[in-house]
Amino acid sequence: MSPSTQTEPAQAFFDEMRQADGTSRPAYEAVSDWLQKQSRTTIKRKQEEADAIFRRLGITFAVYGEGGSNERLIPFDLIPRVLAAREWRALERGIEQRVKALNAFLYDIYHRQDIVRAGRIPSDMINQNEAFLPEMIGFDPPRNVYAHIIGTDIVRTGENEFFVLEDNVRTPSGVSYMLENREAMMHLFPELFSAHRVRPVEHYPDWLRQTLESVAPAACKQDPTIAVLTPGIHNSAYFEHAFLADQMGVELVQGSDLFIENGQLFMRTIEGKERVDVLYRRVDDAFLDPLTFNPSSMLGVPGLFDLYRAGGVTIVNAPGTGIADDKAIYAYVPEIIEFYTGEKPILNNVPTYRCSLPDERAYVLDNLAELVVKEVHGSGGYGMLIGPAATKKELADFHKKIEAKPHHYIAQPTLALSTCPAATQAGIAPRHVDLRPFVLLGDRIRLTPGGLTRVALKKGSLVVNSSQGGGTKDTWVLED
Amino acid sequence: MLGRTAASLFWMSRYVERAENIARLTEVGYRISLTPDTGSGHREDWKSTLVAAGCLDAFLERHPKITAANVQHFLLFDPEHPSSVRSCLETARNNGRAVRTALTREMWEAINSTWIEFSAIKPGALDGGKLPDFLDWVSQRSNLFRGALLGTLLRDEGYCFAQAGAFIERADNTARILDVKYHVLLPSHELIGGGLDSYQWETILRSVSAHRSYRHVYKDSYKPWNVAEFLILRPEMPRSLRFSYEWIDRALKGLEQSTIGGTKARQHCANVLADLQPDQMSPIFQGGLHEFLNAFIQRNNHTSALIAEEFHFQ
Repeated sequence: MSPSTQTEPAQAFFDEMRQADGTSRPAYEAVSDWLQKQSRTTIKRKQEEADAIFRRLGITFAVYGEGGSNERLIPFDLIPRVLAAREWRALERGIEQRVKALNAFLYDIYHRQDIVRAGRIPSDMINQNEAFLPEMIGFDPPRNVYAHIIGTDIVRTGENEFFVLEDNVRTPSGVSYMLENREAMMHLFPELFSAHRVRPVEHYPDWLRQTLESVAPAACKQDPTIAVLTPGIHNSAYFEHAFLADQMGVELVQGSDLFIENGQLFMRTIEGKERVDVLYRRVDDAFLDPLTFNPSSMLGVPGLFDLYRAGGVTIVNAPGTGIADDKAIYAYVPEIIEFYTGEKPILNNVPTYRCSLPDERAYVLDNLAELVVKEVHGSGGYGMLIGPAATKKELADFHKKIEAKPHHYIAQPTLALSTCPAATQAGIAPRHVDLRPFVLLGDRIRLTPGGLTRVALKKGSLVVNSSQGGGTKDTWVLED
Repeated sequence: MLGRTAASLFWMSRYVERAENIARLTEVGYRISLTPDTGSGHREDWKSTLVAAGCLDAFLERHPKITAANVQHFLLFDPEHPSSVRSCLETARNNGRAVRTALTREMWEAINSTWIEFSAIKPGALDGGKLPDFLDWVSQRSNLFRGALLGTLLRDEGYCFAQAGAFIERADNTARILDVKYHVLLPSHELIGGGLDSYQWETILRSVSAHRSYRHVYKDSYKPWNVAEFLILRPEMPRSLRFSYEWIDRALKGLEQSTIGGTKARQHCANVLADLQPDQMSPIFQGGLHEFLNAFIQRNNHTSALIAEEFHFQ
């Protein structure tokens, strides 16, 4: 065995390449063979080449808490993550089911609230929820779609065990990395692609455009004009906003570029103005319209929300979708799926303890060292506790935090996240991964095969967020 | 095209050009300060650089004394000074980043890698005579960006805005560099047209990389009339006011073909160009070179303001 392919001792985690007997799983056979042939120097050289590609292109993200314009490169891991056609088919069905159910849920809670009437979700859970937008009540968005672009976070713990960790239905990011990672891989290792039949992802921008066009306001009779709304260059995902606008061939706008006149939305151009029909916004609800939401927002457009409700423009994703990925609602998603589809959930939900309920809180506080605790409204791995990896002091701090504000926290068992081989300083070694496939919902559902694999590059770490030292991998779905 | 996109392209180009020209101005100051027999010492020489860069007041607000080190830091590295080389490169990159999709990859790489490399330079690294090399580097990076722009950018509106910005900035800077000579005092024992006077004119030409081309064109020693004519009226001198305005004129005509705005800017540009014809040298010297340059800088600012207004820069 060459030094670069030495693996760490077998452990309790499911490894996606290596089976318990040391042989590789069928989907990984060619990748495994290829890895055996790569010297450590080759891997190192290719890694440097990849870093240079990404840095030159300016693919950076800003880390919050380190100053707004602090740009970092997200580490890219060279070894692809491979999913067999059969595995993907199961995921595909499960994701589609979930996305449809969540949209039906959103329509319902902003209309008759049948699910509350049926006693399946407590009324307070919806109507007192910070993510619930009363302004959306009674409004029918085009095609009744609320969440058009969704990034479902999935983790794996075994051969056929997949769990949905989070449904990101607000403004999920990361799709640009999915696309750029593939570009980089095809550039660096063309021979690997000829040895496999990897399903392409390059059509995503076309699909996104088609999805956005399909939800233009009913009153729009011409070809709809699309624009991407960004908070600006200091946003951590600015690169992605610019990238997607470019790939779709549409304008990237800021709030100050937009204005409303005679019941229509316009962007300021060098010739005066041009109409906008569909706004793919990457700005949070609260900042969309200072007249309706946060009055101090400089990022939005005054009057945008009223115009939206009047059918003058489509906002994507719809305002108020956040309630569907609220961490307190998450626990009810299996109920939601059954209620709206009449089917059993295909993908598992992670068991979730709500600290707002006395019994569940008591359990959480007693078992803190085994659990993952998350803030209900947090994201990006901030303000989270991983019990098994935490120090005594961190555990004690969280104990206090939960007691002080129980309704701010939920807890889940620590999942034994699957591992994939990654190129590390110490050679090829297994590292924990998750998966974020990207779903588009408009005139039909479009699910790009694969998605973004995030990898915790620190040995033993279970946190894959880029803000916490995670990297990304190209994700392959093989053809049959 | 969004008004903001046009504005960003225009200002990105202006700031890249400005970074280069601040480096050139600094070089003039540096060379003049090395001139032998300056009598009164170095103080006035750096003051003239600050006056020419249009930032004497801003400098004095921050520094009580004009010293070579203070002035160099202010012009090159001060993040609070909006026209320091550092600020120019950062502003240029931020503008480029805001319109990343309107740039070619080569342009972005030029502007991005310049900023990354600049960020790695420590101010102290220029001690011990390394200043000229650094100033050269700034010019080279500007050239790299310009080459990427000329070699890869589609000739559409974006190109016109970028070119208009670059040449408005260049015209401004050439006028200012030429005006340095007005502010540099000749020691009382020196004669106009004497050795030191001539050396100062040469320095001005050298700072716009024109000391050799001057010889080719005039086949003569450095004389005020010729140097001024060279930098103001000569259409073949790529940093002259005339040359710059021909390019601005071209950019505005390009915009005329694809957009509906710009009438006032084009008219104004034509008026400026009319006063830069070959027969204008006598009127310029009669009215005073310094006065002419001052008026020109104002008119040039007006060109910029008209473009911003007519193309909705906001």
